[in-house]
Amino acid sequence: MDTLTTNRISALFEQRSERLLNVYFTAGFPHLDDTRTVLRGLQDAGVDLVEIGMPYSDPVADGETIQQSNGVALDNGMSIKTLFAQLAGCREEITVPILLMGYINPVLQYGVENFCRMCRQVGVDGVILPDLPLDLFLAEYAPVFREYGILNVHLITPQTTDERIRFIDQESDGFIYMVSSASITGSVKGISDGMRTYFERIEAMNLRNPRLIGFGISDQETFNTASQYANGAIVGSAFIRHLQDHGTSAESIRSFVQTIRP
Amino acid sequence: MQDTIDTQASFAVSDTGFYGRFGGAFIPEMLYPNVEELRQNYLSIIADPSFQAEFWQLLEDYVGRPTPLFLAKRLSAKKGATIYLKREDLCHTGAHKVNNTIGQILVAQRLGKKRIVAETGAGQHGVATATVCALMGLECIVYMGAIDMERQKPNVDRMRMLGATVVPAKSGSQTLKDATNEAMRHWINNPVDTHYIIGSVVGPHPYPDMVARFQSVISQEVRQQLLAKTGRENPDYMVACVGGGSNAAGAFFHFLHEPSVRLVAAEAAGMGVSSGHSAATTALGKPGVLHGSRTILMQTDDGQVTEPYSISAGLDYPGIGPLHAHLFDSGRGDFYAITDDEALAAGFELSKLEGIIPALETAHALAALDKMSLKADDVVVVCLSGRGDKDLSTYSKHL
Repeated sequence: MDTLTTNRISALFEQRSERLLNVYFTAGFPHLDDTRTVLRGLQDAGVDLVEIGMPYSDPVADGETIQQSNGVALDNGMSIKTLFAQLAGCREEITVPILLMGYINPVLQYGVENFCRMCRQVGVDGVILPDLPLDLFLAEYAPVFREYGILNVHLITPQTTDERIRFIDQESDGFIYMVSSASITGSVKGISDGMRTYFERIEAMNLRNPRLIGFGISDQETFNTASQYANGAIVGSAFIRHLQDHGTSAESIRSFVQTIRP
Repeated sequence: MQDTIDTQASFAVSDTGFYGRFGGAFIPEMLYPNVEELRQNYLSIIADPSFQAEFWQLLEDYVGRPTPLFLAKRLSAKKGATIYLKREDLCHTGAHKVNNTIGQILVAQRLGKKRIVAETGAGQHGVATATVCALMGLECIVYMGAIDMERQKPNVDRMRMLGATVVPAKSGSQTLKDATNEAMRHWINNPVDTHYIIGSVVGPHPYPDMVARFQSVISQEVRQQLLAKTGRENPDYMVACVGGGSNAAGAFFHFLHEPSVRLVAAEAAGMGVSSGHSAATTALGKPGVLHGSRTILMQTDDGQVTEPYSISAGLDYPGIGPLHAHLFDSGRGDFYAITDDEALAAGFELSKLEGIIPALETAHALAALDKMSLKADDVVVVCLSGRGDKDLSTYSKHL
């Protein structure tokens, strides 16, 4: 439990900085025990980071696809407690960096320190908690995240001011999650000229953190475009739809990843 | 509970939007610019003389303010205290909700917004929002749970007649909390030209404070009217129902720092606090984060928000505003859980004693009178937040 050990996310970006693929899936979806299967499938298919969604009853930043997967997972009996039990021992076979994505309330009820301790114990490297804004994170929770070596990844959007982006960059570790447009997940189709202008603006800021672009990344074309302007991209809703339609077999997951980054 | 009051406590909002340990702005970065724009501007907009002039003119000529403070003699005789009713039911559109929508649409105009989005449960806030959008010629989109749209069809028709687009919220349980989620998603997707008119003292800072300020006209008038009628500004008790808590916040506002005034909040116990079909948030909830603020909310041990139940759609919400969480937490407010049956009985009682049919929400506040230990010389003001026309089909099942 050496907190000075380099975090797997940081280590990844030190080794590679181009065309990184981060794939999101909801824990306990489509079936409660699918979490480890999907995680293993994504690693075997060659993805660089995995983002595991902790399902929540009221996911306001998510569109219909991820909302529904959250609902199914909750109906399956998914919880943070169960997720940690499923992830226990995963580091014997899983080397890919793992992020947990979710909303703050279930984490508060679990207990923030307990949560960080368990992340550390099972080998989670970072979290994305969209409704825990940076100022409140810094005021109340940053020290405990630091103590356990858990990175907290922050979002920026096309509406985020340069001044705030600088602030977020200064206070971030790991990478910055660039939301491609003013939107919820799964609602963006393709990459517009306006998005390119925003990507270029951020690229020109020479931030200290690497950047991954998410929202609207669903195929090879959008992945390639995003990768021109950032260190890689994040796929979420498209993968959830794929799991729903084609199942969780290693073959199914491999074929999905091939469509994004052959 | 009286001896637990911290007399030094402040019930005003802090600079960062907290009431004690409740409040704040727990919002995704996608909403940060919208909420920050509002936070930076709302106080100066409200303080501006042109805003003040237009706001008060509309409250007087359009809403019909001041609303009467009515001495309910027969109710007083029955309850054994002097009871006044603050007649918010006489506001245009039938409830206090319009005080807030008038204020917010004037803020939205001054922020240059072209479109209004809102959530609604029973449809009262939706109607009040559609009304002011028609008045000001702004596009209006109201999210309403698909199940609520079936239950409250007359209000859906009203909103449509007023020119609003009513969008069914089909996610989750398809009621108020889901309509709120959908309205927030709409705002995330339309960050520049849209203002979100939240209908209660909930949501991220500055909403709870802004809505409380617009509703504070209720207690401002009560003080003036009570002084004129009785020679004293402060009642012994100020009573209001709490769903999210906007009428209560307005009724309490000018009495928050008057310790001699007991603040009484009536929550909806549904079929009973322990029945599994309840919306009594302070009795059943724990601290957590809901819709952008840290407050008390009904949730599972895992932190999933649970679905509340009340016969009254306006109280059918799993949280309460952060101000109310602080009033509860600090002991400043007395919270009573009122069942469906107690509320219905109080609604019938007021109808027969005073010729006033109250909204089912308001009936919960009236039922709280029976739980309080009233003395003959107590002066009590009940916020009669809305009229019962919308609830006739429910009442008629119990005639």
